[in-house]
Amino acid sequence: MTYRTTNEGILARANALRWDVGENFHDVLMETIYTDAARIADTTVIRSGRRQKFNWDRTLDRLLTSRWTGFPTMLVLLMGVFWITIAGANVPSALLADLLLDTVHPALKSFSATLGVPWWIDGLLLDGAYLSAGWVISVMLPPMAIFFPLFTLLEDFGYLPRVAFNLDNLFRKAGAHGKQALTMSMGYGCNAAGIVATRIIDSPRERLIAIITNNFALCNGRWPTQILIASLFIGALAPPALAGLLSASAVVAIALLGIALTFLTSWFLSRTMLKGEASSFSLELPPYRPPRILQTLYTSLIDRTIIVLWRAVIFAVPAGIVIWLLANIHVADLSLAEHIMNRLNPFGFLIGLNGVILLAYIIAIPANEIVIPTVLMLTVLSSGVSGYGEGAGVLFELEDNMQYLSVFHAGGWSLLTAVNLMLFSLVHNPCSTTIYTIYKETRSAKWTTVAALLPVAMGFTLCFFVAQIWRLIAG
Amino acid sequence: MTTQVHPSCETCPVHNLGNLIKLGVDMKGSDYVIALAGNPNTGKSTVFNALTGLHQHTGNWPGKTVVRAEGGFLFAGKRYKVVDLPGAYSLLSTSTDEDVARNFILFGQPDVTVIVVDATRLERNLNLVLQVLEITDRAVVCLNLTDEAERHGIRVDERLLTKELGVPVIPTAARQDIGIQELLQAINDVATGVFVCKPWRIKSRSSALERAIDDLATKVAAQFPGLSNARWVALRLLDGDARIIEAVRSGELAGLSRTESQIEREPVGEGALS
Repeated sequence: MTYRTTNEGILARANALRWDVGENFHDVLMETIYTDAARIADTTVIRSGRRQKFNWDRTLDRLLTSRWTGFPTMLVLLMGVFWITIAGANVPSALLADLLLDTVHPALKSFSATLGVPWWIDGLLLDGAYLSAGWVISVMLPPMAIFFPLFTLLEDFGYLPRVAFNLDNLFRKAGAHGKQALTMSMGYGCNAAGIVATRIIDSPRERLIAIITNNFALCNGRWPTQILIASLFIGALAPPALAGLLSASAVVAIALLGIALTFLTSWFLSRTMLKGEASSFSLELPPYRPPRILQTLYTSLIDRTIIVLWRAVIFAVPAGIVIWLLANIHVADLSLAEHIMNRLNPFGFLIGLNGVILLAYIIAIPANEIVIPTVLMLTVLSSGVSGYGEGAGVLFELEDNMQYLSVFHAGGWSLLTAVNLMLFSLVHNPCSTTIYTIYKETRSAKWTTVAALLPVAMGFTLCFFVAQIWRLIAG
Repeated sequence: MTTQVHPSCETCPVHNLGNLIKLGVDMKGSDYVIALAGNPNTGKSTVFNALTGLHQHTGNWPGKTVVRAEGGFLFAGKRYKVVDLPGAYSLLSTSTDEDVARNFILFGQPDVTVIVVDATRLERNLNLVLQVLEITDRAVVCLNLTDEAERHGIRVDERLLTKELGVPVIPTAARQDIGIQELLQAINDVATGVFVCKPWRIKSRSSALERAIDDLATKVAAQFPGLSNARWVALRLLDGDARIIEAVRSGELAGLSRTESQIEREPVGEGALS
């Protein structure tokens, strides 16, 4: 009998032989590997009798992951990071704005005037594109250059897995994966990065939950909005000495609300659209390692700060052009922007916001970073305040907080508007980059739509109820 | 300025380290492909950065590398391409990370697989090392985090370990750039065939299993001549590994004899993790 091996023949033989080797051979095999590994490790590892007098790792873990001290330390660390970011970013932000907006911009304007550039080209490029890019750089660069290195230092030190450990139980109760704590942390830098990071979650169901709820982690583009509005409206409620602390608390409160919404939404999804049990996983708490300060500074500045900033600038430039066009194209005595805002105003009032903010959020879909400059520009345009800015559709930055405040008051803003703006900034659709990333990761139009629209619906509902209750109480 | 290298310099480690050129992402026309494997959080990305001069973000948490990072370097006149694989505890395909790592080591045919292990947790890390050595016979063990081990009063006898495993074991502390030179030399030695690995292979099996593997491995070797790990393939077939069954059925295994390096490409997320 001539026997010739074929591919299928091999597979058939394997199927036959599988009966001979017994069911538990896989376990036997693993045991063999483990036994050999143990033997080799035993002969080659030399443990000196020298024990450390004091075990840092264990002591720190006791503090950072204990039932009682874990959460408070987490809060204190968060507060500390935000406070340093808020307090430290002011001065460099002002310097950059001084340079890019107050020095370079007028210089460019007068240069283009001497060249005789037509007003609309000059307006489109310098007042539209250049100013929005300059604004984004001066507002975003300093906080990012402080926040990212601090966050990376914590990460390098080994703190993130402890956060995951602390939150794991809550995530499990919400029917989500414990590793979602890690992807959520990534989302604090950039939601798109957080969504790519969900690849560490194996179960598709839990991964989808992590993707949809990642938006509730305040991203870098939204921190400036939170920080500015909190220091203008909330900080003003406290005596000057406590203003900084109160604003930082308000920002932390919003961040915590985001975490609460993450749990709530995960819980809701895992009981409706994405039913299932939370899968278990083993989370390794790595040893604490002293962070390498210089290297961390370098990588977080180059890899994170510059990349995120560049993205913001790329999106801000066309948005600046759109704003300038909306403000300068007139139909029947009113600019396009005013027409749209008038249309949006009734709905805006219903949810405690206004047409300006809603239009700003539509324009800012490509990048959350430009919400505040857009809001400012549109407010000046619609309320007709004079003395600020340089003309219709020009993005600008104001000298100090009092000027911001007077612009907002002229626009009919109240404390309610500010609170709801902070809430809406937390709970609204992800930016277009994030939506695109969600589509690339899920390859599903349906889940991309859910991830984009669910937060907007939640934001409208939340703002509506806050506005109604607020007006009921305040009369 | 002289372009003439003194003959005795060519083999001198100091000279070669001085001439290590980190190529970053420039990998065109590489002579050798190096895969970096290891348990999560053992410092693979740090080793990767030390070799390529790239600044891939490193973080002290398991599962940080979710997309494959690639980079290159030039050492002793040869161009190397380095692929940083996601961390895995085993190669039994229980998760996507393990799949990516296993499939690359098997189907990507790296010239050298560098297994980064945590010196403070040698026993657990060896499980992966032993599984990798089942698949490939060209490996270098990078015994990383020796500084941390020292802090905990742990020392590993790397010469004994080299003897046990049959592949070079190089102690390093990649965060401080310690041992990278020796690691490069070992990679070079294995890639060029100066060091011939005699890797550890699973021995103490039951006789029934041994017979089944012998039977199947002979057939696999006959069907796919030149395959360096017929016994491992036989073992995976017995275990009912779907990916390997597929590779046998489609004849993909035939392309794995050591003639050419085929790098299987898969979509990598834009920008990876910032």
